[in-house]
Formats: sequence, structure tokens, C-alpha cells
Amino acid sequence: MGTQTALEGNEAVAEAMRQINPDVVAAYPITPSTEIVQNFAQFVADGAVDTNFVAVESEHSAMSACLAAAVAGGRVMNATSANGLALMWEILYIVPSLRQPVILSVVNRALSGNINIHCDHSDTMGARDSGWVQLYAEDVQEAYDNLIQAVAIGEREEVRLPVMNCLDGFLLSHSYELLQVEDDQAVREWIGPYQAINPMLDIDNPLTFGPLDLYDYYFEHKRSQMEAYPPAKEAIIAEGKRFGETFGREYGLFEGVMLDDAELVVIAMGSTCGTLRDVVHAARADGVKAGMLKLRAFRPFPAEELAEALSGASAIAVLDRAASFGAHAGPLYAEITAALYSYGQQIPVNNYIYGLGGREILPDDLATCFEDLAGIAESGQPSEPVSFLGLRE
Amino acid sequence: MSHYPPDATWHEMERGGIIPQAGNAVEYEVGGWRNEHPVRDDECCIDCLFCWVYCPDNAVHVKDESVKGLGFSAQHCKGCAICAQVCPKDCITMAPGGDFDENADRPEEA
Repeated sequence: MGTQTALEGNEAVAEAMRQINPDVVAAYPITPSTEIVQNFAQFVADGAVDTNFVAVESEHSAMSACLAAAVAGGRVMNATSANGLALMWEILYIVPSLRQPVILSVVNRALSGNINIHCDHSDTMGARDSGWVQLYAEDVQEAYDNLIQAVAIGEREEVRLPVMNCLDGFLLSHSYELLQVEDDQAVREWIGPYQAINPMLDIDNPLTFGPLDLYDYYFEHKRSQMEAYPPAKEAIIAEGKRFGETFGREYGLFEGVMLDDAELVVIAMGSTCGTLRDVVHAARADGVKAGMLKLRAFRPFPAEELAEALSGASAIAVLDRAASFGAHAGPLYAEITAALYSYGQQIPVNNYIYGLGGREILPDDLATCFEDLAGIAESGQPSEPVSFLGLRE
Repeated sequence: MSHYPPDATWHEMERGGIIPQAGNAVEYEVGGWRNEHPVRDDECCIDCLFCWVYCPDNAVHVKDESVKGLGFSAQHCKGCAICAQVCPKDCITMAPGGDFDENADRPEEA
């Protein structure tokens, strides 16, 4: 029934990859995701997996090789961070366009410049329109669990989309945490064998992939691609429930902590949610009706579900671990407020940008969010559109 | 994209934008892009077939492992000049204008 063990986030991801035993891994190393590929390459060298490991000369080539292997009919995985993800950009869009369920673990790191190797979400936030499903992990256990679920979500017949398994650089990738690693056989049974759809290596049924597609059909193709995302949302819920039934840890699109009767709600993604939990409980102990919403699925964005879950709040704070240069606020704030507006919720929302380039976020920083929210809940107006946590001002 | 009728709606698109048939590039005519056209000197040609191999649009006609005396497909040659570039004997030159001489295009020889 599995093993309790202490692993770094990168080791846990590599362990899940070993258990999944993909057909092809094509990768190029970059800090802080290097260990995933390094550890997995050792599994390949030791004969612990059957994977065809392809060492390529860049991330652009890595994602190109992954796409080709997926189109050929294989179950395919990869890992990267920040500038590596940026170098994959061209191919990132093509993978979901061709409806290939490639799995990419992204160890979140700040994009240059100046050059920085530490955590923020600027890399995957930039990729938010590329068509990949995005799951964000709070801790090492979730990074492990999300990767296994990513396989099942992406490979569902009605979904067939690539999935990014996002985990915070260093904070999770290089931190040892106790987690439950399930038995190899149980994981393999849970994900099941891979059934390729229209594999290119089926030479008796030749098809044309990625043809020139101009103003005559491209628009219709993009519209048909949009049909994959509502089922992807359903798949995240269904596979999260099935995972819970098998392994005892259930997942959804997001998780609420003390949310049901909360008046003051803070929304965040990733490892910061671990700190936020403690702050919420401390605020409750002080008599504040505080709550938190941890967003796990940023793509597809659960707009209607979030608007419903937040409908009882009187003031909301959205934490963005990325800047959106030239926009009026951070990317998560823009999505949350658009969702509230679209579904008729008139709730004041503050935006906090924090943690860029690995800047620490401390419980006291998060406590100030609840203090601000108490003020705007009374006035009904956000205090200022965007403010910063942990910045020297 | 001959698989799809011109008025096909997005509901009729195949998953992943595929065309569920192979070898359909022959139906995609790029000849209208051409603003200069290749001319081969058959006296100079050694039938190495480099032009046939390198042509990205299968526009070089070949028969019995020989291109001599055969032309180029006016429907598929887009005038890219790769054939002229790769010819080891410099037998192919690019002539101004998109129009081939009347006998240059012999699709029945393809």
C-alpha cells in the first residue's frame, strides 16, 4: 500500500515518471528542473524503465521531439523551467493544436532578465494561452499526485490535450518533504495502458498532420480545438475523485480552506498556499472570518465554479506570483475579476504581486492581506488596484 | 484540404486538424505563387536527378529515372529555384515571369 518517504520535489516527479514508464522522454536540462531529467536518465541507464530517452540540443528540439513521438503514437513526457519553456514556445502551441497528450513538468522559475533562477510563475503564466492544461502543486505530494493524474486527464478520449504539471522552483523542487509514494503496480493500473488515437506509425492508415491551413479552414480548426477544454475541466474533477477513491487523496479544480462561511478570502496558487493555510487558521483564532481558495487548475480556468464558490465573500485578495507588464494588474487577478464580472458577482477585489524572482513570502505579509480586506469589506472599494508584498518601498 | 467541402463548419473538422488521407499535396496548387520559372538545358543535363529529389513540391517530372526532355508542373512549381541551386552542372536557370514555355509542363509524364 505504498511507502512513506522523504523526497525532494524533483525526485518525487522523477519517481512518478519511473512508475508511469513513458515511451519517450526528450529533454534538455535547466535549473531548477535539471534533477528530474537527471534522475530519470539514471532510471533509463539502470534499466528501470523501458523509455526511449532522447538527449537533444535545446528545449526547442526537446518539445519538437516530444511532439513527433506523440504523433507517432507514444506516451511522452518532459521537464523544464523558465527560459527553457520560453525556447519551446513555438512547439508549445502546436502540441495542443494536434491534440497530443504530452506531459510537461514545469518547475516554476522567473524569466530573465535580469537572470534569476528562483521561483515565480512568470514562465507558465506566459504560456497560459498556448492550450495546455495547467495544474499547480502546493507541496511535493501534490507534485507527485498531479503528474500521475495529468496522464489520465490528458489521455481521456474527449480531452486529448497536453498537461503542465507546475511546481514551485526550489521551494518544492529542492525541498525534502514526507510524502506517500504509491506502489508501482497500483500507479500503472490506475493510469492504464496508452491508447494512441490516429498514430502516425499506423502505416496502413496514412493521414496528413499539420498541413498548411490558411483563411479557408484555420478558424474552424481553432474553434473545434476549444471544444476540448470543457471536457478537460470535467476530467480534472473526475480523475481527482477517482484518484481519491484509489489512493485516499482527492483533488478538484480548486480547494477551499474555511471558505464556506468566509467573508475575507485570499486566492493563491502553488507553495504559498501552505503558508496561507496557517495564516487563515491564525486569523480564525482571532475571530476574523478568513478563508482561502487554492487554485489548482489555472487552465482550463474554472470561471463559473470560482464565481459560485466566492459568492459569499465580502472582500477578496488575489495573489499573483507574476507581473503582466503593461496590463492593469496581475494575470490571476485579471482572470478572477473577469469571472466574477461575467457571472454577476460585484465583490471588491485587491491584487497583490509578490515573490518575484524567489523573494520570500512570510506569514506577516499574508496577514496584511486580511487586514486590508477587513478595511475594504467595510468601504466596499478596493484600497488600491495593485500593491506589492515583500517589496522594499 | 480536399477532404473538407468549402462550406464545412467547425463541427466537421477532424481532431487535431488532420486530413484523414495521405498524399493530398498534389491537390494543393502553388503555381500561382511563381514569379520566375526554371529552364533546364537538356544538352548539359547528366540526369543526376538532384532537381527531382530536392524539389519541395514534386514539380520536376521524371520518367524511367530521367528528367531529360520532360518539364515542370505548372500547377506545383512555385519558382523557389532550389532545383537551379542544387544542379551540379548549372544546367537550370531561372527565367523571368511565371509562365513556362508551352511545352514545359507535361503532367502526363509525372
